[in-house]
Amino acid sequence: MRRAVITSTATVAGVILLLSLKPHDVGTGSGVISSGDPGAPAPTATSAPAADPAPPATSAPAAGGASRSVTGDAANTRYGAVQVRVTLDGRRIAKIEVIRYPSHDRRDQEINSFALPQLGQEAIAAQSAHIDAVSGATYTSDGYTRSLQSALDQAGL
Amino acid sequence: MAAGPSAQRATLRHAEHVMGTVFSFTVRDPTAATGPALRRIVQRLHRIDEVFSTYRPTSDISRLGRGELTLAQCDPDVAEVLESCREVAIETDGWFTDHPGGRLDPSGWVKGWAVEEASRHLRAAGSTWHSVGGGGDVQTCGGPWRIGIADPARPGGLAAVVTGHDLAVATSGVAERGAHILDPHTDRPVTGMLSVTLIGRCLARTDAWTTAAFAMGSARALDWAEQLPGTEALAVLEDGTRCWTSGFPQHLAPAPPAATGPAQWSLPGTG
Repeated sequence: MRRAVITSTATVAGVILLLSLKPHDVGTGSGVISSGDPGAPAPTATSAPAADPAPPATSAPAAGGASRSVTGDAANTRYGAVQVRVTLDGRRIAKIEVIRYPSHDRRDQEINSFALPQLGQEAIAAQSAHIDAVSGATYTSDGYTRSLQSALDQAGL
Repeated sequence: MAAGPSAQRATLRHAEHVMGTVFSFTVRDPTAATGPALRRIVQRLHRIDEVFSTYRPTSDISRLGRGELTLAQCDPDVAEVLESCREVAIETDGWFTDHPGGRLDPSGWVKGWAVEEASRHLRAAGSTWHSVGGGGDVQTCGGPWRIGIADPARPGGLAAVVTGHDLAVATSGVAERGAHILDPHTDRPVTGMLSVTLIGRCLARTDAWTTAAFAMGSARALDWAEQLPGTEALAVLEDGTRCWTSGFPQHLAPAPPAATGPAQWSLPGTG
């Protein structure tokens, strides 16, 4: 199995999530936060009920045939579950959605909704940055990395 | 294991959730010996967690701290680690301590040491080209590797990208876990810097020195790092200003044109 993409995408992207999350008792937020190439074909955003178990990989045939989306496993962090869905255009990552993320109070949700789209944008941009690792990691972003890795594994990248 | 040995010298990767964070392994020169070595390393990391976790009331460290065990009754690693902590405390004039807040807690040494141990085991298994990361601290062997340094003042950005062979890169800061580093002289959370990154050769010491440097504050930290052999530093202050030691720029990866220092770096497409 090739695991080539994760290093130049998620490792960088994941670690840069700078949430001011405190280790309090967190619930699991739901909803879709999207990021990515605005011009890329994007599946309709849907809410994922927080209580659902991690959904299996889903392939969404899209216009053009080469685009598909894969949902990663929910990765548990000490702040809650993080789960991403990746839309691939051929072998290129066109879009990364964070479909589950830790949230507790309003402030955390605001921070998440601000930071996570940037995170996805970094993941895409970082494909051309060729970075092997990042110093300065976070727990939640590690969850993002793991969920993204599992999505890419399922996609066979 | 998330990855097995590859027949075609493809890069072997593995991520392991241990010690309250994720350890990631990238082996560029895997052989048949790499998979078994990784399994042994992962077992060792979980063992280190069992012995040293301050979150586990049954760990040797917790029991030693409560006086339920003597040092001689602990895992032999404990005496070695506490000796190393004493050395670093002396090297840092007391800015590093294994008793933050008055409680026995050598975590400031253990994580970086565990990462360095993992790299040492990979070398013993024949690898000369790998990277091991744990909780945002990185030990590389061979190279070249490109390591991003997260920018605590700019969510989603990198403060710098460094490159080289056989590097250890460690970052301490308030961005990832809030103000969690205490000034050992006052037991109060440190303020003044958002983060400080040290680049050295061996992660255990580099990581512990980074913790000490963060506790010192920016002015003292950079002066102190300047005289450390084989070590360079980058600090991000509370107002976003970056400061670095004189030798730090030599580690910078080739950056976009017009870049003259760490402050100029940005990822393509992020402006």
